[in-house]
Amino acid sequence: MKIGICVKRVPDTETRPKVASDGKTFDLSEAKYVISPYDEFGIEEALKLKEANGGEVVLISLDSSGDVSVIRNGLAMGADRAIIVEGDGERDPYETAVVLSDVLKEENFDMVFFGKQGVGHDYQQVPSIVAEIMNLPMISVVVELKVEGDTVTAVREIEGGEEVVEAKLPVLISAQKGLNVPRYPSLRGIMAAKRKPVDKKSPNYSSEKLSWEVEKVELPPPRKAGKIVEGEVEDQVKEIVKFLSEEVKII
Amino acid sequence: MAVYVLIENRYNKIKNPSFESLSAAKKLAEKFSTDNIAILFGEAENSSELGKYGADKVIKVNTGSDLVSRDVIIDAVYEILSNDSDFKALFASATSFGKDIIPGISARFKKGIAQDITELFYDSDPIMIKRPVFAGKAFEVIKFTDFPYFITTRPNVFKKAEYNSSGEIKEIEKSVSPDSLKTTLKEMKSTGSGQIELTEANVIVSGGRGMKGPENFKIIEDLAALLNAAVGASRAAVDEGWIDHQHQVGQTGKTVSPTVYIACGISGAIQHLAGMSSSKYIIAINKDPDAPIFKVADLGIVADLFKVVPALTEELKKVLNK
Ligand SMILES: Cc1cc2nc3c(=O)[nH]c(=O)nc-3n(C[C@H](O)[C@H](O)[C@H](O)COP(=O)(O)OP(=O)(O)OC[C@H]3O[C@@H](n4cnc5c(N)ncnc54)[C@H](O)[C@@H]3O)c2cc1C
Ligand SMILES: Nc1ncnc2c1ncn2[C@@H]1O[C@H](COP(=O)(O)O)[C@@H](O)[C@H]1O
Repeated sequence: MKIGICVKRVPDTETRPKVASDGKTFDLSEAKYVISPYDEFGIEEALKLKEANGGEVVLISLDSSGDVSVIRNGLAMGADRAIIVEGDGERDPYETAVVLSDVLKEENFDMVFFGKQGVGHDYQQVPSIVAEIMNLPMISVVVELKVEGDTVTAVREIEGGEEVVEAKLPVLISAQKGLNVPRYPSLRGIMAAKRKPVDKKSPNYSSEKLSWEVEKVELPPPRKAGKIVEGEVEDQVKEIVKFLSEEVKII
Repeated sequence: MAVYVLIENRYNKIKNPSFESLSAAKKLAEKFSTDNIAILFGEAENSSELGKYGADKVIKVNTGSDLVSRDVIIDAVYEILSNDSDFKALFASATSFGKDIIPGISARFKKGIAQDITELFYDSDPIMIKRPVFAGKAFEVIKFTDFPYFITTRPNVFKKAEYNSSGEIKEIEKSVSPDSLKTTLKEMKSTGSGQIELTEANVIVSGGRGMKGPENFKIIEDLAALLNAAVGASRAAVDEGWIDHQHQVGQTGKTVSPTVYIACGISGAIQHLAGMSSSKYIIAINKDPDAPIFKVADLGIVADLFKVVPALTEELKKVLNK
């Protein structure tokens, strides 16, 4: 099986974004960068499929930072090679999908994984757009996956329930927490990753007009600490009941 | 010309967030002096409420099955929209359903979408929206540069409004040949019927590592049941295997905006706060007076949760006569 995974390089979840001086972008100079956590579920699932069926696992990223170390973490987990398209991966999700589709078409994968969403912008739309551009089946927010022959059966998470969806290869999957527990790179994996091929390409953006412009970015108003109640349980309970009835007004 | 709203129909019942989205769309339709048209797939017992919450017309698509695959929905909605050369917007609620289907449709118009918005500035020209980024640690205000707009509205943020529009139903048939389907929806399962969904809940009671084990979630559930609340959890509790990941609140779980969030034995890590700090009120119960959660809590109770939570449940039973 030839399996692709689209991985996005993003600020890690500890990041506290600050508003940059232009008022339209974030100052992320203090951020540490990682592979978007949901993409790691995709890498893990791809590696398991390779272990069961043989084949190749390829990482694809649209990223202009020039920092290859983050993508190498995916190679250290066990992927065979990586393709970095050196363009702006945050410009517009439609554009991102167009550029990723170009690579996916060339590579002709049996299966392509995505994360449910790229943390940071939280667009949650690139996989659905790629599916339309490539006219391929797509199953999103997947928490369970079975591949038998050329038939894929996936369980996807919906609010308060699950859906069971079937499709034939080639298929696109967006991974949700619950699908698996991503492995940590081993020391051997980290060493091996240094020698694995990383191809670089230039993007071919579509000439479509972008759908929107960022007017400004802002931080939510800070929450202030409220009343702290120590002391006897009995009094604390009374305090909560009073708060629920007088402030929150739900009882 | 019209504004369209894709309705989510599950188990023959329209989901509440769809009505919220419908009301938000109606206000935009009014601004453009045009119709607000709901698109519904299959039979729904509460379809008469579509008019009530703002549908001027309803296009009901009959496919002959309750299990409608995403390709069928994308194709049918695309066809409907293609017949309206000047449609202004397509709305849905930002659920698993809406977030999956709407970008599939917008892609055919070569557009991205404004996913999971929390505010629509109806009076700005052009229209602007606000959406959370970094799981709510920040926001982007975005200006649309071009029609049509594709928008999903975050559940529990936009309020349903009574418009009492006509909601006149027009039925269309969509024949589906199973062989042409790229993906086939085989089954829909409901987990824990009667449970309140986190993203739609008005009240959430959440437990963290302080719960110490799966068996103790019973005291959270008892309190939640009394308050008509959904049960949430921190990632620590989920990763320990004490509760299913569907309950996880936070940056890699669900983002919630209830009226009140009650955090029990949760320290308040940045990833957890990202998911719940847009709650209107926060109550925290934690035995550590220095826990970061107290910095965001409107009411902080420094105590052993195993004493306070059951006592609170007993007291509420008295107050509520249950
Ligand atoms: C990539 C990434 C993504 C993440 N995403 C999420 C996410 O989506 N959601 C999330 O929640 N976390 C997330 N985290 C994890 C996060 O960093 C914290 O580790 C986690 O939130 C801690 O959970 P907790 O507060 O339950 O546990 P702890 O931090 O261990 O806190 C337990 C608290 O319980 C209190 N306590 C203990 N016993 C009692 C008692 N008897 N009575 C009262 N209080 C008691 C303690 O004082 C303590 O404050 C993520 C981390 C990473 C790296
Ligand atoms: N710049 C990118 N490079 C590679 N993959 C991406 C990029 N942006 C998005 N993706 C993929 O699409 C998924 C969903 O991202 P998004 O729609 O941006 O939330 C991510 O988890 C990745 O798998």
